[in-house]
Amino acid sequence: MSCDFIACHVTDLVEYSGVCALVNGQQVALFYLPMRNPKIYAIDNFDPIGAANVLSRGIIGELRGELVVASPLYKQHFSLTTGRCLEDETVAVRVWPAEISNGLVRVGHPQQSLIESAA
Amino acid sequence: MTALENSLAASGTAGRPRLVVVGNGMVGHHFVEQMLGAAVPFAITVIGAEPRPAYDRVHLSEVFAGRAPAELALTTREFYQEAGVEAHFGDPVVSIDREARTVTTQGGRRFGYDKLVLATGSFPFVPPVPGADSNGCFTYRTIDDLGEIRAAAAKARRGVVVGGGLLGLEAANALRNLGLETHVVEFAPQLMGVQVDPEGGAILRSQIEALGISIHTGKNTQRIVAGEELPLAMHFADGEVLETDLIVFSAGVRPDDKLARDADIKIGERGGIVIDYRCRTSDSDIYAVGECALWGGKIFGLVAPGYQMAKVAASALTGGDLSFHGADMSTKLKLLGVDVGSIGDSHARSEGALCYRVVDERAGIYKKLVVSADGERLLGAVLVGDNALYDTLLQYCLNGIKLPAQPLSLIAPSGGEVVALGPDSLPETATICSCHNVSKGDICCQIDSGVTALSDIKSATKASTGCGGCAALLKTVVDSELAKRGVAVNNHLCEHFAYSRQELFHLIKVGGIHTFEELVARHGQGLGCDICKPTAASIFASLDNEHVLDKPHVGLQDTNDTFLANMQKDGTYSVVPRIAGGEITADKLIVLGQVAKKYNLYTKITGGQRIDLFGARLNELPLIWEELIAAGFETGHAYGKSVRTVKSCVGSTWCRYGQQDSVSMALRIEHRYKGLRSPHKLKFAVSGCTRECAEAQSKDIGVIATDKGWNLYVCGNGGMRPRHADLFATDLDDDTLIRYIDRLLMFYIRTADRLQRTSVWLENLEGGLDYLRSVVIDDSLGLGAELEAQMEHVVSTYVCEWKVAVEDPEKRKRFRQFVNSDAEDQQVVFVTDREQIRPATPAEKRELATVA
Repeated sequence: MSCDFIACHVTDLVEYSGVCALVNGQQVALFYLPMRNPKIYAIDNFDPIGAANVLSRGIIGELRGELVVASPLYKQHFSLTTGRCLEDETVAVRVWPAEISNGLVRVGHPQQSLIESAA
Repeated sequence: MTALENSLAASGTAGRPRLVVVGNGMVGHHFVEQMLGAAVPFAITVIGAEPRPAYDRVHLSEVFAGRAPAELALTTREFYQEAGVEAHFGDPVVSIDREARTVTTQGGRRFGYDKLVLATGSFPFVPPVPGADSNGCFTYRTIDDLGEIRAAAAKARRGVVVGGGLLGLEAANALRNLGLETHVVEFAPQLMGVQVDPEGGAILRSQIEALGISIHTGKNTQRIVAGEELPLAMHFADGEVLETDLIVFSAGVRPDDKLARDADIKIGERGGIVIDYRCRTSDSDIYAVGECALWGGKIFGLVAPGYQMAKVAASALTGGDLSFHGADMSTKLKLLGVDVGSIGDSHARSEGALCYRVVDERAGIYKKLVVSADGERLLGAVLVGDNALYDTLLQYCLNGIKLPAQPLSLIAPSGGEVVALGPDSLPETATICSCHNVSKGDICCQIDSGVTALSDIKSATKASTGCGGCAALLKTVVDSELAKRGVAVNNHLCEHFAYSRQELFHLIKVGGIHTFEELVARHGQGLGCDICKPTAASIFASLDNEHVLDKPHVGLQDTNDTFLANMQKDGTYSVVPRIAGGEITADKLIVLGQVAKKYNLYTKITGGQRIDLFGARLNELPLIWEELIAAGFETGHAYGKSVRTVKSCVGSTWCRYGQQDSVSMALRIEHRYKGLRSPHKLKFAVSGCTRECAEAQSKDIGVIATDKGWNLYVCGNGGMRPRHADLFATDLDDDTLIRYIDRLLMFYIRTADRLQRTSVWLENLEGGLDYLRSVVIDDSLGLGAELEAQMEHVVSTYVCEWKVAVEDPEKRKRFRQFVNSDAEDQQVVFVTDREQIRPATPAEKRELATVA
C-alpha cells in the first residue's frame, strides 16, 4: 500500500491528540502516538453520527485493547484501526493508510468503509 | 336544588364510584396519591379550604428563614388535572348530607359521593381570653397566617408567642427570624411538656434563653387590652403585664371535626372523629384520616402516622387489607438550633419503669433513659441538646432489643464513644424510615432483587426521602447488607484506574504527580480514555493550575476545554467572554457588537448574565480573542467544568429594597474563583435582599443579603434535576462568607465523584448538611487551613487562558482548521434567520449545494 500524499510535517502533529489535514479535498483526521515506536493513525474527519467534521478534535483512548477516538460531539468511540463505531455496529468511518518517514506524514488511499454507505 | 358539581364527572366516566376528599393538607394529598396508584378506579374530587394545593406544613417556619412559600408546595393544580382528579381550592365544605350523600361548600356548590374521606386536619387552639381577637393577634398554621404575621412584623419591635410546646417554639423561631424581640408565654411550668420531662425542659429553656428569647412559664393570660407603650398589653393572673406589638397563638391544635359533628358522626369526648382500625368512621361510607381522626382515644398529630392512615384508608377503599394500630409518636427535631428528641414513654408512666439521667448544664445537654423494671428493655427516652443517640435508642425501643448490662453506659460512656447499634443487630421488621414506613426487610428485598445503588434503593422504597433523618442509618444498613451478599461496590473510574475520583485526587496530591503519563505509570494501566483523561486533567488543574493547553495536558482535555470554546452541533464554536456579575460598560458592549458583526456571529444573552457569540470557526477563535483581550475582556471559562458565572441583582446601590451591595460581592466572588476547575461546572449568584432576584437558591453557591450580612446557601441546582440550595449559614460578614466558600468548594473538589454536581455530592455525603457544616464551619477534620491554602494557590496563579494561548505560537498552531491548508470547512454552512446566522439544516445544505 503506497502512501504517496505528503500531508504535513511531524511537527504539525500534536502528541496523543489529533489534527486535520486536507487530502485531495477530503478531510482526514491524523492521530499521533509518539511512544517507543511512534505511530500515526488516519481516519475520516467526518463524524457520521454528529454529521460534522470533528473527529480530529476528539480524545484518544483505549477501550478493551482497541485504540479509539471519542467523538467530541456525542462521545461515540471510533476504532483508529478499523473505523468501526463501538456503540453502533451499523456505523463506521474510513481508515486511511498513513506513515511517518523522514519527518514527513504521508497518507495513502482510503480503504472502503466497513459499512456500505447508505447513500 | 342545584345540580351536583361532580355529576358530570361521574356520568362521564361510565359510572365509576365517586370519591370525595375533604381537605387538602399533607395527609389529604398523600391519600389522593395512594388512590392514584390503586387498581379500583374512582372518580376523585378533592375540596381544599385553603386557596392553594397541599404544602409542607412541617417546614412552614423556613419561610421566615428565606424559603419561598411556593417551595413548600407538595403538588400543583396541574398535577391533579393530569391525574384526572377534580380539585377545588379556597371554598371549604360546610356540611355533609349523609342521606343524600352530598357535601356542600361555603360557596353553595354541592358534590355527590359514594365514599367520603375527611382529611380536615386541625385548627389552632386560641385560649378563651378576652381580647384574644384584637388587632395584632395571630395564629400560626397556614401560609396565609405567615403572610399576615410577616406584614405585621415589619412595623413591630416585640412579638409574643403564646404556647411553649413544639409549635410555639417553631413560631418563636419565626418571630426571631423576622428580627423581633421574642417572648414565649407558657401556661405550664415548663417548655415542651408533652415530649420532655421537667428536667429536660429546664435545660431546653436555658439553651433557648441563651439565644436571647425571653421565656415566661407558669403564666395564665387573663386578658389582652390596649397597652401604654406598645399596642397590646397581656395581663397575667399573677398581676404581671407584658406589652407587645403582636401576639401569635400557638398553644396547640384541636381536631377539625365540626363537619362530622354536625352530621352526627361519632366524635370523641374531647373531640376527634372516631375511626376504627380501617380508618372508617361510624358511617361506613365515610373515612377520616390525619389529625382530625381519633383512634383508640388518641389523636396522632405527626405526619408519619397521618400518612399511615392515608395508606390504610386507601387500602380499605380498594380491597386491600392494611390496618392501623396506632403509631409510634417518637420525635426528633431541632428547635431554634437545639436538638430535642423524645422516644416512647418519655414521662416514665409505665408501671415499674426506672430512669437513668445524665445532665450537663454547662454544655446544655440532658439525656434520660426509661427502662423496664427488669432493666432489659428501653421503654422511652428524652434527649435535649444532643440527638446523636436518637437513632440507636429508637431502634432499642421499637424492636425490644436487649439493653446492655449497664444501660447508663449508653448515655454516659465511661470512655470512648457509644457503640452505635450495628445494622446487623436490627431485626427484619425494624423500621428504618418512619416517614414512609420502610423496614429493614423492605430494603433487603430491594437488594435481593438486584437494586444495589443507594440512590436507586431510595427511589424504589422512598426511604429517607421524607424528613431525611434516617439517611445515615439507611446507608449503614445498605452497606452492611451488600457486604453480607459479597457485593463489592465498584466505584472505579474506568478500566484504566481501579480508583474512584476521590482516591485518584488523593494519590495525585500525596504523590506529587503532575502528568497523566506519570499517573498511568504509577497507578493505572493502558493508554487512558475519554473518562480518565479529562478527570485527571481537572485534578491537575485544581492542584497545579497549569495551562490546560500546556504540552503534557493538551491531549487530556474534554471537547470544549481543548479549544477553550464551546463546540456546537456543526463543529463551530461559541465564545463567551467573562462579564463578571453581569456588569458591563457601554464601551465593552459596543466591542462585543463590533466583534460579532466582523466575524458574523450569532449573539444571545445567556442565563448567567453574559453574552454568547456563536458560529466561530476554529481558526477564527484566536483572532476573535485577540480583539476581545485588547478591549479588556478575559476568558469566561464557559467551556470548562469550572466556575462559570456569578449572577447578581443590582443591589443596594440602585434598588429601593436592596439590603447589601450584591454587585460588589458578586464581583469579589467571581474574580476570586474564576478559572477554578472542579468535578462539574459551578454556578453562583448573589441577591441583594430576600426578594432573591438573582435566583441564588438554584445555584451551587447562593448568597442572599440580610440586614446584618449574608446568608449562604449551598448545593442548589437548576438544570435537569433541579434542587433548591440548603441554607448553610446566616448573617455572615464578607470575609467569613469567602472563607466558608473557599473551604466548601475545595472540599467538594477533593471528595466529589467525576461529573458529580454539588447537589448530588451533598445528597451522597454521609452525615449530609450537618456534616458539611461541621467540616466547613467547625473545622471538625482540621482541614480548614489546608483547604484555604489550596484555594489561595489557585487564586494567586490565575491567568486568562486565552491571553496565554494567543500569545504562544505553539498553542496557537492548534487552532488551524487544516494543518496543510488555509481552506475553510465546506461542511459548515449558515443561513439567515431573524436577521442572524444559524447552522443550515441538512435539507438546506443539500438545496444550497444543488444551486451551487
